[in-house]
Amino acid sequence: MLMPTPDATVIARKPQIVAALARAVPGGVIHDPAETRAYECDGLSAYRCPPLCVVLPRSTAEVAAVLQVCHAMGVPVVPRGSGTSLAGGALPTADCVVLGVARMTAVLETDLADRFIRVQAGRTNLSVTGAVEAEGFFYAPDPSSQLACAIAGNVAMNSGGAHCLKYGVTTNNLLGVTLVLMDGTIVELGGPFMDAGGIDLLGVVCGSEGQLGVVTEATLRILAKPEGARPVMIGFASAQAAGACVADIIRAGILPVAIEFMDRPCIRACEDFAHAGYPDCAALLIVEVEGAAAEIDAQLALILDIAAPHAPVAVRAAATADEAARIWLGRKSAFGAMGRINDYMCLDGTIPVSALPEVLGRIAELSAEYGLDVANVFHAGDGNMHPLILYDANAPGQMERCEAMGAAILQVCVAVGGCLTGEHGVGVEKRDLMAVQFSPADLEAQMWVKDVFDPAWLLNPAKVFPLAVSASRRAA
Amino acid sequence: MPRDERDLADAVRSAQGPLSVRGGDTRGMAGPGVALSVAGIAGVVLYEPGALTLVVRAGTPVAQVQGELATQGQRLAFEPMDHRALLGTTGEPTMGGVIAANVSGPRRVAVGAARDFLLGVRFVDGNGTVIRNGGRVMKNVTGYDLTRLMAGARGSLGVLSEVALKVLPVPQAAATLTLAGLEPGAAVAAMAAALGSPFDVTGAAHDVDGAMTRLRVEGFVESVAYRAGRLAQVLAPWGHAGIDTDPAADIWAQVRDLPDWGAMPGDVWRLSVRPSTAPGVVAALAGRARAARLDWGGGLVWALLPPGVDVRALIAVQGHATLVRAGADNPLPRQPPDAAVVAALTAALKARFDPRGILSPHPALAG
Repeated sequence: MLMPTPDATVIARKPQIVAALARAVPGGVIHDPAETRAYECDGLSAYRCPPLCVVLPRSTAEVAAVLQVCHAMGVPVVPRGSGTSLAGGALPTADCVVLGVARMTAVLETDLADRFIRVQAGRTNLSVTGAVEAEGFFYAPDPSSQLACAIAGNVAMNSGGAHCLKYGVTTNNLLGVTLVLMDGTIVELGGPFMDAGGIDLLGVVCGSEGQLGVVTEATLRILAKPEGARPVMIGFASAQAAGACVADIIRAGILPVAIEFMDRPCIRACEDFAHAGYPDCAALLIVEVEGAAAEIDAQLALILDIAAPHAPVAVRAAATADEAARIWLGRKSAFGAMGRINDYMCLDGTIPVSALPEVLGRIAELSAEYGLDVANVFHAGDGNMHPLILYDANAPGQMERCEAMGAAILQVCVAVGGCLTGEHGVGVEKRDLMAVQFSPADLEAQMWVKDVFDPAWLLNPAKVFPLAVSASRRAA
Repeated sequence: MPRDERDLADAVRSAQGPLSVRGGDTRGMAGPGVALSVAGIAGVVLYEPGALTLVVRAGTPVAQVQGELATQGQRLAFEPMDHRALLGTTGEPTMGGVIAANVSGPRRVAVGAARDFLLGVRFVDGNGTVIRNGGRVMKNVTGYDLTRLMAGARGSLGVLSEVALKVLPVPQAAATLTLAGLEPGAAVAAMAAALGSPFDVTGAAHDVDGAMTRLRVEGFVESVAYRAGRLAQVLAPWGHAGIDTDPAADIWAQVRDLPDWGAMPGDVWRLSVRPSTAPGVVAALAGRARAARLDWGGGLVWALLPPGVDVRALIAVQGHATLVRAGADNPLPRQPPDAAVVAALTAALKARFDPRGILSPHPALAG
């Protein structure tokens, strides 16, 4: 992975930088190489580089002090939530300071009547729901890493999750942030009210991958938990049939809370691993609906009526919570099941839902061409694909071949009207494919935003934009 | 009048001075300058009901879009307000205007605003360059979200030429629950209880003068009947809720558009506040307001006041106030002023997207 050459003058000043940071955050600086190694990568573990040092502030004021130091000394900063990014969003360079918000986890304000919670951004996603679930509320965006991932990272990547078809992604549930700019300026955007005034700066900060500022606090919408939820599993003889069934369900006016698609390779691997009782078929759907028991019954009955003309080869309803858990068991162990048999690379491209059969066909062709097997998981309601490319990390050259195949698949996604990444973000992983999706003018307009928020290009500078495209700004 | 995006780009590139861009010119957004109509850049580019996806050119009339969606049993779920009755404007509202002003309605409290349904945009910046952001898929975190940036920017950063939207099904049925005689404090508490219930309330409004509180549920027929019944139980502490399962579609359109205020003289203010502070806002204005309405469970306050009253000077709660209708001689800024740092960031963005300053002025400085 090409990264900018570390600045030797910064590295040479390490003692002064560490000393200045220690004054800003007493007891919060990690600079021993044996300890900074823990921050050398995130969830994209193929790429690692220990940072110059790590600082773990405990407050917005300490974050501002850290950024002022780094700004004054010309040191790049890589913000880090929990380090679960699958795109290398928190990948350091040797001259950078990793600014981790993991010590900032407090709940600052909970208001059930006004339906919001305000938290420090280092708090984990699931523990936000944890703070309000006893009263019957939840925070909707729920990435599968939610046990570990931080709100800061969710805001940086505009994270989604299984519930996003019905409840939206982070930007649809984010009411406000406290943001610290690279020069230490503290900005409040939005708040505990619905329409913000002025230009939607909050909207552009969300999804900006830690490049516009460090989010230290977030005001989040909380929703009442539905009375219940239940899935049904339907197996099909072809991906076309499954895709057509999804379209018919949506056209009938049903809004499931989740629609998951798995292809045969994925089903087989999951079944071998989890023994959830999945049928051996070309494609299966797990559709989940919410409401009271009678409402769920009615929706599921309607879904099965809609599925019937598509000649399902298997149907499994869930009469009990236990049966419901078994339906989900296979799907939820998909990545673990893959990991058991192989190293794999998980892609994240999104496509128009109607293009699924065509894209699966192209992926099969690429699989034959590159000699690597692929299993496909797909969020059928919103078009987010997760092709899992299986490879052997120990075999020389296979990782590179896998990456090349991944890039080819993402180009197909863009070609059919989709995009490079639906959930994980660009980070470093898709940085060099940005020109596949965007024209130079499109990228320039995005970089104007960074020019405004971080004129020195010190915040996470090596991410999102191809290095050649951002070179003049980073050198300045 | 530009017929397509390329014409529009040419017109902006070759402009000699400020441009007054307008679609239907129904919402009071068009500023000073040489008139440039985008109403000719119209038409549905793509509509896939099974994928809940609509791509439409910015000059397309909202009514045309709503009509086409209705034939497939779908709609713009954020129910954009029609400003014409309130403002006394004529003309045909366009999709570009809806997005540029982030126009929404009562259902915003449940499903989100126009900006939450926006999947992607094409626009012409102040240099005349065509820029694309987002796309036509619901899950898209590729690069910065300029799509959100353009929604509500009121044309100050670029002229929209095309928008992609998520649409939703029109539900089979709807019901409105009504509580009479509540003071604003009790009304907001009742609405909070309803919105905090699992019964999926999609409208929560209170008419202060008529002391009428209304809640809406939508969905399949049996589901609506069940949820209306359960909601009535939730609301019992505040009175017996009338349930109308065959409501005139009109009532929520009236909540949305405030048509009866069209004929009532005075300035119209729109405040976005923390819902629990709405009763205090109403009380602070009570001596002077000629009428007041709450929407979004109290998160939106509409107030009709004598000309020239500066509501921003009277209210000190979190949120902001927009002066939606006022005489031309009223010197108060129509858009809420920004905090200094935010204003500086906005001005700097404006300077890049529109270096010649020929598009709509930065909203908070627009006056």
